[in-house]
Amino acid sequence: MKTFTPATARAGAIHLTIDGRRYDVDAEGKNLLHVCLSLGLNLPYFCWHPALHSVGACRQCAVKLFKDETDTKGRIIMSCMTPVTDGMRLSIEDPEARMFRGQVTEWLMVNHPHDCPICDEGGECHLQDMVVMTGHAYRRYRFTKRTHRNQDLGPFINHEMNRCIQCYRCIRFYRDYAGGTDLEAMGAHDDVYFGRQTDGTLENEFSGNLVEVCPTGVFTDKTLKMHYARKWDLQTAPSLCVHCAVGCNTIPGERYGALRRVRTRYNGEVNGYFLCDRGRYGYEFVNGGRRLRQPLVRTGDSLQPAAAADAVSRVGAAVSRATGSGASAIGIGSPRASLETNYALRSLVGPANFYLGVSDRHLAILRLMTRVLREGPAPIASVRHAARSDAVLVLGEDVWNTAPILALNLRQASSNAPAAAAMKQKKLNAWDDAAVRGAIRHEKGPFFIASVEATRLDEVARECHRLSPSDIAALGFATAHEIDASAPAPAGLSEPIQAAAQRIAAALKAAEHPLVVSGAGLAAPEVIQAAANVARALKKAGRDARIGLVFPEANSFGASLLAAGGLDDAGRVLAAHGGRVLLVAENDLFRQMAPESARSLLASAGHVVAVDHTTQATTEAAEIVLPSCTYAESSGSMVSSEGRAQRYFSVFPPLEPAQSAWRWFDEIAVRAGKKAAAWKGLDEVIRAMTQEFPELRGVRDAAPGADYRLNGSRVPRKSIRESGRTAVTANVSLHEPPPARDPDSPLAYTMEGASIGAPASLNARFWSPGWNSDQSVSKFQVEVSGQLIGGDPGVRLFEPPAQEAGMYFPPSPADQPARDGMLMLVPRYHVFGSEELSSLAPGIASRTSPSSISLSRAECEKRGLREGDRARVTVDGAEATEMAVLIREMPEGTASIAPGVPGTPVLPLPAWAGVTLASVAAEAER
Amino acid sequence: MLSEREKERITEEALLHEYPRAAVSEALLIVQESRGWVPDEAIVEVAGLLGMSTEEVEAVATFYELIFRKPVGRHVILVCDSVSCWITGEEAILSHLQRRLGIGLGGTTPDGEFTLLPAGCLGACDAGPAMMIDGKLYDTLTPERADGILAEYGMGADAQTSHG
Ligand code: SF4
Ligand code: SF4
Ligand code: FES
Ligand code: FES
Repeated sequence: MKTFTPATARAGAIHLTIDGRRYDVDAEGKNLLHVCLSLGLNLPYFCWHPALHSVGACRQCAVKLFKDETDTKGRIIMSCMTPVTDGMRLSIEDPEARMFRGQVTEWLMVNHPHDCPICDEGGECHLQDMVVMTGHAYRRYRFTKRTHRNQDLGPFINHEMNRCIQCYRCIRFYRDYAGGTDLEAMGAHDDVYFGRQTDGTLENEFSGNLVEVCPTGVFTDKTLKMHYARKWDLQTAPSLCVHCAVGCNTIPGERYGALRRVRTRYNGEVNGYFLCDRGRYGYEFVNGGRRLRQPLVRTGDSLQPAAAADAVSRVGAAVSRATGSGASAIGIGSPRASLETNYALRSLVGPANFYLGVSDRHLAILRLMTRVLREGPAPIASVRHAARSDAVLVLGEDVWNTAPILALNLRQASSNAPAAAAMKQKKLNAWDDAAVRGAIRHEKGPFFIASVEATRLDEVARECHRLSPSDIAALGFATAHEIDASAPAPAGLSEPIQAAAQRIAAALKAAEHPLVVSGAGLAAPEVIQAAANVARALKKAGRDARIGLVFPEANSFGASLLAAGGLDDAGRVLAAHGGRVLLVAENDLFRQMAPESARSLLASAGHVVAVDHTTQATTEAAEIVLPSCTYAESSGSMVSSEGRAQRYFSVFPPLEPAQSAWRWFDEIAVRAGKKAAAWKGLDEVIRAMTQEFPELRGVRDAAPGADYRLNGSRVPRKSIRESGRTAVTANVSLHEPPPARDPDSPLAYTMEGASIGAPASLNARFWSPGWNSDQSVSKFQVEVSGQLIGGDPGVRLFEPPAQEAGMYFPPSPADQPARDGMLMLVPRYHVFGSEELSSLAPGIASRTSPSSISLSRAECEKRGLREGDRARVTVDGAEATEMAVLIREMPEGTASIAPGVPGTPVLPLPAWAGVTLASVAAEAER
Repeated sequence: MLSEREKERITEEALLHEYPRAAVSEALLIVQESRGWVPDEAIVEVAGLLGMSTEEVEAVATFYELIFRKPVGRHVILVCDSVSCWITGEEAILSHLQRRLGIGLGGTTPDGEFTLLPAGCLGACDAGPAMMIDGKLYDTLTPERADGILAEYGMGADAQTSHG
């Protein structure tokens, strides 16, 4: 399957001989370990990691290198530290090299306990695999082993230090790659401890990757531990993270009807090897007590369980009456629901009656972003592009908190330029991690951030500017103008902003692959327009520029393409003609609009039908509730911020009567007589949708349809080693039930059938003989860290038009005059707490900070506020709310609150707000 | 926990470097100078003064074996256990010292006078066996000589029995 090595010799390729066999590879500048793994050869390693590169610390990757054909002795070298050169002759199988690797294993195992049976890593452990691979499976050491005390590292990570083999991967990921400061290597010699100074939660938002990065069972998934199952016993499917719009690819695992964990599914263009903690640990909502399992129908004040058929026929009848009456039913879609669900609701109510369940203001932002990306001032940056860019301007978006994995990659991009310079000057290879990091030292690349308050990416930025939203826009417009004089310049620019724009413009222009990042985070259209102008100016200046706009929710981009309007529109229509039928798809309107507006919108409808998988305020207020499926029990498509259409597949079958939301809408349509026959499966929904929306054609190609077969059979979701197959349901019946049917995908809920060779979009697990851990991913890649064989999953829907058509946006008019004594209140997002579904996971909830308002020190002093005080926040027309005060470095006249976090009111942000000291208690305490 | 004087000295030391954190080992030595060891609270305070996390400071503090993270006796005895000294009779010296002091390696006498630690080469390889007490080097040791040296540090002949 490997395509890294074409069979024929090619000019320009590097020729090398490994164990007598000749290979020709395009591997200029790569190291030998990279080359061997890319060729599909089995060579053990520990300290090397495909994203963290080489440090040459563990000596496990030793091979024999020969000078020429006549050299029979050769010498042992570390493959991860040796650049490949033309004509090289090496041996992996050489007895001395084998013995050397065996010895390394033996000494690494000296202190390692023999506790695989009770170790959570067992069965997917890189150490186990390497021990078997080196053949050193028997221990001679018979003395006392060094032991450590383990730490409580918080809700996500379990710690078992005795298993450590000192590969240093953990801190190289946590500290060097992700910027964490609370995990270190302590001690020395054979007594090194990887942990915190004292017990406590690992603070970094990417901590969960330690579980995959650590090649042993030191760091394991604490949430999995609470309902443990071995990797081979987990039913898995290719899935997507639904907790933000990056669209990271995941492999969730299920057993006994409960989701047990989420692992990374490598996608070279999207998330690579990592996930953020929201994405890894948000899954617990799937098993949560708030799941809806039954149709509910209101009787008086309460919702009572009802038969699915009754509930559907009631809704169907209401919809058909409504259609007859001329005041047809209204549908409200959702940015967290699949394209298919949104489309099915839209088809049920008719295009003109389908609204996206976000405020009009919010929808306008989504449409502006869509317009920019469609017109394509520059191609959209995938996460991989972002990681490769050599100059970055972030305008207004707190990427760390709104698109975490993008931020993690931007963090790496920040050192691209200094790394390139250092490599050139010191003749270093990019993979020589310690040397490159040492050479860069404190050098910062052309990385610029303009934001209202501090962000976690600031530490890697050369310049950070704390500005109001309109000043951020002005800086962007001015930068565009500095790059290309034909881009309109903003009026009345302050001296420092002008100077900053010149510096930023010069740096972006000097780069080859500059990147501009912005998004919906500030909800400021002028900031997005400014970002578009910078990208356009760079493109005009002939740079290979890219633009990245961060959408707020997993499918905000996709859903907005289908909608006729937003929530305020829907509210007006409902109010204008009372008594209509309202259907709401997987959306809590109380998170999208102020409670009184949501209540009055719902009250103005005659019947409210809410479809969701989880109880929330809107389902509680509905007349009829239909239980749908989470991503784990349904298949569907979403569009990420990259405009990448991606498919997720159900991991396990839904518990009846729950079914995909689109099926409920389709059934209702049939019942209401709007449709002759129901869609038979997901493919039919996608076919109808793509016919109506040619722009979405790529959705169809995002993954094979349900009729795809690999060697004549479906692709199994279970591993060939799954245990208990005939016994798991024996408590119910001694007969083994047939596997559940799946009309929506070519995957099967069984262990039968081959999975190797399936397209990457159908790959349910990374496993290869001898490679039980995630490290087996190299067997699925064309080349280490390259594309997956057959192409990385997903289809980009938007590329810039061939004919350059777009125009520069005119700069926004000067700021609205500041309102006396009031503050410009902007949204502030958090990895933990801002997103609806992940917040239902206990681990995420425990990491969420209480609702707060941040202000500058000066603004606090004006109001007599101190950090930790309670402030009363009032916005026009809305009730006052009390929040804790945080003092942050931010421009005077601004303040921020955290939407989505419990206790934060839903407000139309940005907005002018009054902020005063709330409690006398705080005064008294002083 | 840190005295004003210690804080001042650490801050001064930090100013000598482009990045304050570069002063971390000096800072730990400053703390150790007056107390003999570096307590947990000091790690936290040094971290605060130098803009580091406590983990970062702890990583340095635990890396160097001459930065003590546990209380030590008034006098710290380092006995070389590296090759040259081993050849010239280190084992006999070490066991003699252990017997005299009534403690093992890493131990501190109950009166808080002596802590006994191993060291990897004291630079006196031509004159082993060697040990160092409070920074002062003693070479060509014999058990008798060692007794004499201990006496210089206030260890009387009868002390042996009191330590068992
Ligand atoms: S804890 Fe794991 S990743 Fe860290 S050094 Fe030990 S074995 Fe390696
Ligand atoms: S970055 Fe977004 S999509 Fe990726 S794992 Fe985190 S929440 Fe999920
Ligand atoms: S993998 Fe090459 S030395 Fe560790
Ligand atoms: S070996 Fe003991 S002083 Fe060098």
